[in-house]
Formats: sequence, C-alpha cells, structure tokens
Amino acid sequence: MSVLEVKDLHVSVETEQGTKQILKGVDLTVKQGEIHAIMGPNGSGKSTLAYSIAGHPKYHVESGSILLDGAEVLEMSVDERARAGIFLAMQYPVEIPGVRMTDFLRTAKTAIDGEAPAIRGWVKEVGEAMGALRMDKSFGERNVNEGFSGGEKKRHEILQLELLKPKFAVLDETDSGLDVDALKIVSEGVNRAHAATDLGVLLITHYTRILRYIKPDFVHVFVDGKVAEEGGPELAERLENEGYDRFLQPSGVA
Amino acid sequence: MSIATTQTSAAGSEQHGARAHSDGGWGAATVPVQTRSERFSSTRHEDFAPVLGVEIDWKLTPVSRVKTLIDDELDGSAYDLADRGSSSGAAVEWIGMDDPRVGSAGTPEDRAAANAWSSTQKALSVTVSGDERIAVGLDRSGFGSAPRAAHTVITAKPNSQGHVVLRSSGPGVLAENVEIVVEDGARLTVVSLQEWDDYALHLASHFARVGRDASLTHIVVSLGGAIVRVNPSVHLSGEGANGDLYGLYFADAGQHLEQRVYLHHEAAHTVGRVNYKGALQGDGARTVWVGDVLIGRDATGTDSYEQNRNLVLSEGTRADSIPNLEIETGDILGAGHASATGRFDDEQLFYLQARGISEAEARRLVVIGFLNEIVQKVGDPELESYLAGRIVDELGAAS
Repeated sequence: MSVLEVKDLHVSVETEQGTKQILKGVDLTVKQGEIHAIMGPNGSGKSTLAYSIAGHPKYHVESGSILLDGAEVLEMSVDERARAGIFLAMQYPVEIPGVRMTDFLRTAKTAIDGEAPAIRGWVKEVGEAMGALRMDKSFGERNVNEGFSGGEKKRHEILQLELLKPKFAVLDETDSGLDVDALKIVSEGVNRAHAATDLGVLLITHYTRILRYIKPDFVHVFVDGKVAEEGGPELAERLENEGYDRFLQPSGVA
Repeated sequence: MSIATTQTSAAGSEQHGARAHSDGGWGAATVPVQTRSERFSSTRHEDFAPVLGVEIDWKLTPVSRVKTLIDDELDGSAYDLADRGSSSGAAVEWIGMDDPRVGSAGTPEDRAAANAWSSTQKALSVTVSGDERIAVGLDRSGFGSAPRAAHTVITAKPNSQGHVVLRSSGPGVLAENVEIVVEDGARLTVVSLQEWDDYALHLASHFARVGRDASLTHIVVSLGGAIVRVNPSVHLSGEGANGDLYGLYFADAGQHLEQRVYLHHEAAHTVGRVNYKGALQGDGARTVWVGDVLIGRDATGTDSYEQNRNLVLSEGTRADSIPNLEIETGDILGAGHASATGRFDDEQLFYLQARGISEAEARRLVVIGFLNEIVQKVGDPELESYLAGRIVDELGAAS
C-alpha cells in the first residue's frame, strides 16, 4: 500500500518585502484510500502545501521532506512527481492557447503511463468520463481551459484526475466558486476516482460545504503554517458551527 | 502649402530648436506618405534615394548588412531549378524582361526591389490554366553565395486552380520580385518557403493582383536565413475578390525575419484576411511584422481583418508588430486588426508538467499548437506535415 508522508516541512516564498516563511513544520501522513481534509483560514499555508507537494518553482523548501513510498519527492522534477503518482487539481487552472484538449489529455496519459493508450479504448474512456462530469463532447475540440467558466475548469481538473489515475490527489480548493449542482458533480467525480483506484486524497478547503459530499477520514486544521489540531469527521462539524475563531485568538493582547 | 527645401539643403537651414525627426525629415524627398497607395514606385534603381536605414520602410531592417542587395550590381541571369518545376502541367518558361507579363502585377516600392528589377535579365514565368487543379513546386537551392537578382511571374488564367510552392534553400544572397496575377474566377495558392542556410540574405517583394471573383491564398513561411525580408503587396482589384494572406516564421538566435504586408481593397465586396504568427527563440532572434490594410474609396461592402501574434520562447528576443488600417469609405461590412506578443509562461509549463509532460514536450505542444493554425492553411498535406516537423526541428535546434 502506498504512503505519502510530509515530514517537518518548512517552506518560504520570495515577496517584495523579502523572504516570507509560510510553512513552519508540517507533518502529515496519507495512506492510499484515505481522505484527509486540510482546513484552515485564509493565509494559513494550505495552498502552499499543495504547490510544494507538486513542485511549483515559486515555493522554496527550506527543510523537511516529502516521501512517496519512501522515495524523496523533493528531488523529483514537477513531471517526475506526476509520473510517480501525485496529482494536483489546481484552484486556478491556466489557459493554454493552441493546445486542444484531446491532444493534451492523450499526451498527458501517454506521459504518465509511459506508453500511448490504445486509441479505441481511450476515446471511449474519455467520452464516458466527460459524460459523467456533464461535460459536452465539444470540449475535446477546445483549447485547454481557454474560455472555460470557473465551473468548467474545475470539472476539467477532475476529468484529468479520473483519466490519469494517480495514487494521491491534492485538491486545492476545488470547491471554491462552484454552485451546489457543480459541487455535487465534482464531488461525485472525486468519489468515483477514490472508489475506482483506492485514491488517497488531500482535500484542501476553506469551507465545510464540500465535506457533505466527500466524507473525510481525517481532518487537519492549519493555522499559521502548522497543523493546529487533528481529528476525525467530527472536527469538521465543530468547525462548521464555530468557525476558525478559536484558532485565531491572538496571544498576549490586552 | 508647398515645401521647397530639398533633402540636401535641410541640414544647413535649421531653425533654432527645430530639428527633423530621425525617422524621416522635413525635406521634400522624405515627407511621409499619408496614404499607403501613394507610396512612390519605380522599376529604376536610380529613381530611389539612397537607403540610410532611417526611412519608415527600412528603419527596422539591418540595412548595413544587406547593402549589397540594395545597391550593388546583381547577377540576373537564369538559374537552376530543380526537377519538380516542369512536371505538373503548368507552363514554366524563361522570358525576357520586355515580355508584357512582366510588370502586370506591380512596380517596386523600394530601392532593393528596383535594383532586382533592373538587374534581372531573364524572368521565370509560371502559368496555370484549364479546369484541373495544378500543383507546381519550384525548388531553388542552387543560387550560391554571389549576389543575385530574380524575377518570377505567376499567372493563374481565368477560372483555373493552382497551387504553387516557391521554395528557397541552401546559400543565397538574393533580391527578387515575385508577381502574382490571379485572373477572373481563378483560385490560386502561393507558398513562399524560406529555408535558407544560416548565412543567406534575402529581400523579396511580392506583388499580387486579384481579379473579379478570384481568390488568392498567399503564405509566407520563413524558417532559415540570416536576414529574410518578404514584403507582399496584394491588390484586390476585381469585385468580389478574396485575399487570404498568411505567414509563419520562427526566428532563432541572431536571425532577422521581416515581413511587411500590404493589402489593398480596391474593388467592392472584397474579403481580406491577414494572419501572421511567429515564434522567437534564442539571443538576438528578431522579427518584424508590419501590416498595412487600405480600404479604398470604391471598396464598398468590404470585409477585412488582420492580425499578428508572436510567441516569445526565451530572453533576448525582439518582435516588432505594427498593424495599420486605413479606410476611405464608410460603407463596409467590417474591418479590424489585432496584434499580440506573449511569452510562453512558467505557469503554462508548470500546468503541463504537473500532468507528467516533460518540459521539452510541453514546449513542443504549445509551439506546435500556436503555429498550426497557419500550417493548416498550406493546402498540401505532405507539405503541412513536413512543416510541422520542421517547426519541431527549429525548437530543438535553438534550445
């Protein structure tokens, strides 16, 4: 069984005001098949964790390690991490003009699998996955994310998740900006992928809303670059009722 | 008001604080032409003032490196054509410069084109006629490194259909004129493919005249050469004429690729589309695109659109992109222009890599995707797949 381990991770970014520490020692272990919700107020470092796992060049890992089945992920390039089985569903997927969706999906699948998928089976699989996410067939002819609405972009991220079949998926605020119908469709996609491939999920969210549709096994609350509290699904319920206020009490204020 | 000073006397009679701009002075010889159709033209080299490199149509060109082609005597004899030229059913022949076909599509508008014109002894004539579609490949690879002039006249007879590829490769120092006459009802595609070696210098002027209900697809593909400047001037002269002007260029380190496009809607109900796309990669890669569209007084019901897009793949490149649109009648269907120069950005690269795609493959996807829009217009599947492969070569060669 695969395991993704984050150990004492410290991450900084360069800003105009100089180097800023964002993650200040994160420890987290996700086993295949588990769903972990990472919750926390804005600016607590949730997205930084997501992009650090995927290897975005903007984030500098100062110390710590990320292990996938014991192999050091931090030594891998971005594409090597993806091929090793790590998937990041992005909050703001970028548009890529001139690259058709069908070409992009086939190229990505070929890169991940190390060989081109058999054409007939692949076309059918893509068609079914798109149908399940209520994506029109015409998406295949469009350029990657170009002119997609916010909801279409999120569905496209989940489409890739279902087609590329990673071991672990990091979902960075996939629920943001979705109406209830779109949220259900996207959540069903995540649940399908979880059931089909025993996917390990790191679900990053600000709100508890998506947890009605995707049931977490564990909930971690991020505050100021660290895990402040951990627990089971009941922790999410408490957050829904109380918000993040009790984590944000500034210490030593008169 | 008349301007009586001449260019030579201007320097001595400057008013205090008043100084001619460096991009064209106040002297009579250099008053900027306000309407594109009024630009001076002549077939005689000596009718043009010496090129200083500050003139509006030369200031973006490395003039000192192409001085030979602008001013020196050029070898204008017949040259070797590869076999492909004669095997297609088109009439391909060498004709004298006194032949009436010469000059039927246009007259030089700069000193280099006039130099080529007056230096040429034999012009190559290609005539397409009949009902069947005729494909002609003119393969020019034997120019050598001595300065040369060339003249080509491509004629599509009424209601004919032709596809002509003018391919240049190997070494070359060439100034040339290409005339294209599309007679009434004819449909012609002309592809000018520049695949020169790294040291080649090439200044070309293309003149096209498109007749009533006729259609011209003109495609400039510039990949090789040190300095390549191809300037197509297309006149939609007959009512209902159609002009599709496409271009694709890929500039590597140190390469200068330039195209100055002029599309003149002369007649009513003409349709024009100009779309040039280029990629730049490597230190000193340089491209210039100028697109002049003129919708004339009589061109009512005209529909015109021009655009240029550049994709910058590395630091140290420069792309100039200058669209100009002049409209002399209010009664048109539509006219527009667009220009954009953008980087292959790190976020696109991250997105593709995050899906397992390697950096090299990601670049290939984006660049092929970007340029494919033009490749698909070539209208010859074999040549299209060849060009797609050549673009991949260009990407690899420069990185």
